[in-house]
Amino acid sequence: MHIMEGFLPARHCIGWGAASAPFIGYGLYTVKKRIEEKPEQRMLLGVATAFTFVLSALKMPSVTGSCSHPTGTGLGAILFGPAAMAPIGLVVLLFQALLLAHGGLTTLGANVFSMAIVGPFAAALIFKVSRAVRLPFGVCIFLSAALGDLLTYVTTSVQLALAFPDPAGGFTASFLKFAGVFAITQVPLAISEGLLTVVIFNALKRFNPAELQDMKVVSAQEVQA
Amino acid sequence: MKRYQNLILLIGVVVLMAFPLWMVQKPAPGADGKEVEIFQGADDQAKNMINKITPDYKPWFKPLMEPPSGEVETCLFALQAALGAGFVGYWLGSARTRAKYENTKKTA
Repeated sequence: MHIMEGFLPARHCIGWGAASAPFIGYGLYTVKKRIEEKPEQRMLLGVATAFTFVLSALKMPSVTGSCSHPTGTGLGAILFGPAAMAPIGLVVLLFQALLLAHGGLTTLGANVFSMAIVGPFAAALIFKVSRAVRLPFGVCIFLSAALGDLLTYVTTSVQLALAFPDPAGGFTASFLKFAGVFAITQVPLAISEGLLTVVIFNALKRFNPAELQDMKVVSAQEVQA
Repeated sequence: MKRYQNLILLIGVVVLMAFPLWMVQKPAPGADGKEVEIFQGADDQAKNMINKITPDYKPWFKPLMEPPSGEVETCLFALQAALGAGFVGYWLGSARTRAKYENTKKTA
């Protein structure tokens, strides 16, 4: 989902940067407040960040014959709320832009928007809805992590289609082309991310039940079960 | 089932990664005799797509620093994954020990 350095017109770079900035500011504020109130959750914040580091470094092969990587942002979005993932995603994307020439500084705003804002917000929303309709806990986690991952890549396709509409077919034709590159490649990877996030949550439920309950991720009855 | 759930999930991930490797066939070299590369990054493919849609688009900014070779790039990606996995491992170890300790305290 990394849009390469220089591969977005300047106007788009500024626009996506301006759209992402308030989320990063608000995200920093929520993280700071949370850690001041509940210092014992610092460890889990580290786990959420670390998970994103690992998953976004793993370039996996896909059925389309190309490689892409998961994002790992669903875990943190469920634990700490979607806003918290904006600054965390920014750290990961900066690391890759500066050291790996993967993504870029000019496209940072757009990449933050897809990976660290749309993905986490989608994941958190899907988690809320699937819990409300009482799906099993593991299924809720799987759906939110997998679909959050997939929607990140759909967002990238939208961003590229907006910047590079097809001369004949316009935005739609261009979106379908980019979605063919990103979204379809991402389907098996999104499933992998969903499965891995369930594994982490199984461990969290076992070792950090008090924190999960405190975060209102699980109820008291579920912890005892 | 519950007991083996994590194992089953992890096997699922491995299968999802292995299946494309087995399924995708390398196409025959094109008319120019050049080998067709498969399993390239989707980011690169998007770049090629941009070039196809708007052939006269020139990227207006270059990365400040590019890894000097594929080897160095692999090293940095491995570093990124190692940092993350290291922390997750640290948490798992300490959380497990804490849970064990609290259990023995309860039963003692």
